[in-house]
Amino acid sequence: MTFHWTQLTPATTGRLVALVSAFVVALSVVVVATGARAAVEIQEVVSDKGVRAWLVEDYTVPIVTMRFAFRGGSTQDPEGKEGLANLMTGLFDEGAGDLDSDAFQKALDEAGAEMSFDQSRDELSGSIRMLAETREKAFDLLRLAVNDPRFDPAPVDRIRAQIVSGIIADSRNPSTLAQIAFNKALFGDHPYARRDEGTAESLATVTPEDLKAAREKMFGRDNLYVAVVGAIDPEDLKRELDRVFGDLREKADLAPVADIQPNLGQETRLDYPVPQTTLRLAYPGMVRQDPEYFAAYLMNHMLGGGTFSSRLFEEVREKRGLVYGISSYIVNFDHATALMIGTGTAPDKAEETLAIIRDEVRRMAEEGPTEGELREAKDYVLGAYAINNLDSSSSIARTLVDIQVNDLGIDYIDRRVSLINSVTLDQVKAAAKLLLDAEPAVMIMGPQTTNGG
Amino acid sequence: MKSSERSGVRVSTIRRAMAGLLVLTAFLAGSARASDGEEAPPVESFTLDNGLEVVVIPDHRAPIVTHMVWYKVGSADEVRGKTGIAHFLEHLLFKGTKEHPPGEFSGKIAAIGGRENAFTSSDYTAYYQQVPPDALEEMMAFEADRMRNLVLTDAAVDTERGVVIAERRTRIENQPSALLSEEVDATLYQNHPYGVPVIGWMHEIEKLNRQDALDFYDRYYAPNNAILIVAGDVNADTVRSYAAETYAKVPRGPALEPRERPTEPEQNTARTVTLHDARISVPTVQRSWVVPSYNTASNDDAEALDLLGEILGGGVRSRIYQELVVRQGIAASAGAWYRGTALDDSSFSVYASPRGGATIADVENGIKSEIAKILADGVTEEELEAAKNRYVRSVIFARDDQAGMARIYGSTLTTGGTVEDIEKWSGRIRSVTAEQVKAVAARYLDESRSVTGYLLPEGKS
Repeated sequence: MTFHWTQLTPATTGRLVALVSAFVVALSVVVVATGARAAVEIQEVVSDKGVRAWLVEDYTVPIVTMRFAFRGGSTQDPEGKEGLANLMTGLFDEGAGDLDSDAFQKALDEAGAEMSFDQSRDELSGSIRMLAETREKAFDLLRLAVNDPRFDPAPVDRIRAQIVSGIIADSRNPSTLAQIAFNKALFGDHPYARRDEGTAESLATVTPEDLKAAREKMFGRDNLYVAVVGAIDPEDLKRELDRVFGDLREKADLAPVADIQPNLGQETRLDYPVPQTTLRLAYPGMVRQDPEYFAAYLMNHMLGGGTFSSRLFEEVREKRGLVYGISSYIVNFDHATALMIGTGTAPDKAEETLAIIRDEVRRMAEEGPTEGELREAKDYVLGAYAINNLDSSSSIARTLVDIQVNDLGIDYIDRRVSLINSVTLDQVKAAAKLLLDAEPAVMIMGPQTTNGG
Repeated sequence: MKSSERSGVRVSTIRRAMAGLLVLTAFLAGSARASDGEEAPPVESFTLDNGLEVVVIPDHRAPIVTHMVWYKVGSADEVRGKTGIAHFLEHLLFKGTKEHPPGEFSGKIAAIGGRENAFTSSDYTAYYQQVPPDALEEMMAFEADRMRNLVLTDAAVDTERGVVIAERRTRIENQPSALLSEEVDATLYQNHPYGVPVIGWMHEIEKLNRQDALDFYDRYYAPNNAILIVAGDVNADTVRSYAAETYAKVPRGPALEPRERPTEPEQNTARTVTLHDARISVPTVQRSWVVPSYNTASNDDAEALDLLGEILGGGVRSRIYQELVVRQGIAASAGAWYRGTALDDSSFSVYASPRGGATIADVENGIKSEIAKILADGVTEEELEAAKNRYVRSVIFARDDQAGMARIYGSTLTTGGTVEDIEKWSGRIRSVTAEQVKAVAARYLDESRSVTGYLLPEGKS
């Protein structure tokens, strides 16, 4: 989450697929795409106290980047205290151990390190990057933040007030309202329908004791996934792992979360006088552990994956100029999956755009792709992996945490190549039928015209 | 374009990294582990006979190269009445050439899993691909080809105009804060074309045509008006030999006039822009001044402005944030921002948004009083040192991102800077004194020549 936003002038603008993140928010998804040439060598490091991490050792730049995640996230927020996990992520650098907020931030700045925490529905994660020469000081501060955050009343009240201000600021923003309404339509009473930020009312009930209790429950060693990239060797890393995570409780204590099938086959129309109508469609998805996952993944890539060559991009943007960005993606939360399509267009073109999208979906469901398209899609997702997932220390660390959280194995990056290559045209056609034959959930937000559309 | 550097939220490290000229390379990073690390290979630059400047930034950690061509032309180079043509042409460069029909180049990139895009600013237009190193020469061949051989049909132009109009709606009309920024710029610059939105005014975009695009293309797209940046898993000799087979064969274009845009008259008024919008619940105030950029500043004023921006409002340790957000508890957000990477005089801005029972006047007064303190007492040695350390550190962190490095070089070299400027930036930041920071604050942050923008809920004033 972010507080220090600003408004910069639109100094640059350009061609691109403005990615549709609307409902998805926290994409722990990473969809993968591998590289035969992926050049990372991953070592598994286990500390004396049993803390595991994946390490990519590299001394090219004298920095160390660490990313870690605890399973949990906002689904763990107790009913009535929605927004707790998100609030917590704003407080780890607001005082820990003997250091109050100001002293902690000063020490962090002096240590030459940057620390941030974030949360999604299913995870609470953190990252830190530091200069190699001040590594010990930086990890000292991370140890304090993880093990002994103070949650002092003043910073808790301040960060809470900032979040509430953001909630109020969004309260008349049609995009946010549409997102909230669509999540409600898809997920009903499930925690996935809730806003990560909570509400002004729910945040008002959160006390420092609640925060301490929630951290205590979520931060267990059995629940922790760590990746480190940069100028540190395995022995040093072991010591740092023990310092930072070695004293956490052995087992986390998470509340169970039910699996949920999103409610499809429905339409949500929201009437706002905005200059551009937003369209979202949700179809069934497929979980990453499904043996047919890559068939579905490749199918989605051809339908609306993020290149300038997908069917939706070609038909809706390139041929007709109806939209600026359009894409589709498979969303995978721990307990729900969906294939989403999103775009925005002029209000008087909304029905036409929606009809073209649905035609393309139908065509994919009925006919599937051609052998040639599938070959191209495979080439793309194989080649793109390194570029999309391994092009900086932070992206490598993020990728390695995701692979661990999804339990895909340390050899996943190599294994993925054969998983993709072995997908057949028939499998893709079957996946297309399975996902796209369904009647979708549709959300249309914009000025509603007189004929109801 | 894809990465949303223009808008909100992702300020912290990116902004810091792009702060001034940014940054650095091999040398200054000084290796903390020199014993086991190789020194990063140095950045090399050379110029082809046809005038194309080439910069190679080696980074061999992953089998990826970032290939970018930057043209020294942007929206501030447009003729009056044709706003948006620089950006529109950027879109149209994806429409194919004599040799390569529409979609072939993008198809080639997709076929190898590459990433591509382009972006336009007021001073430059850039095109890039990220691909495996063995595809670099082919990318260079395609990019060299579309430097002079674009083919445009009326049909392609008409369709793409619809896309750009949709883009403008997505980026500007759909976002009240973007609408306000556009109006603030239009007011801040009374004569200089930085007052015109990069994407263009809607009523003029609607009229842009094929001939407008070709005129702009023929005039500005040529090797002697471009810079090639290649970063990643490649060395300079390889780039040199690929360039000999590709870009070197593109003939030099006509000599271009110096980039002299209309300049600002003396500004003597405090102006106010107010936007009421039904989508707004929490108001925002911002104030901007015209100040020198790295290219127009003398005596390290730009470095001093960068440090002033950092100390005044560069993040959670800054004065404005600490005073308004933390101590007084009257702001939800607050900060400052200096746009140093620009060919001509650019801008310095402050902003805040109230929280709780505080009003827009409260946060505006809070910011004014923080500026007044610096005008009266300057900045402390301690905070100056901390700000310098953050910038110097950002130079090292920047090396972790090859595409980011390419952008630093491209944006600097198309706005009047040099490779040497980038390499010496840390040292120049180091040498700025507290007195200089106070002096630039006094010289430029004068309310009587500022523009204040208010973003307010509907119906209230």
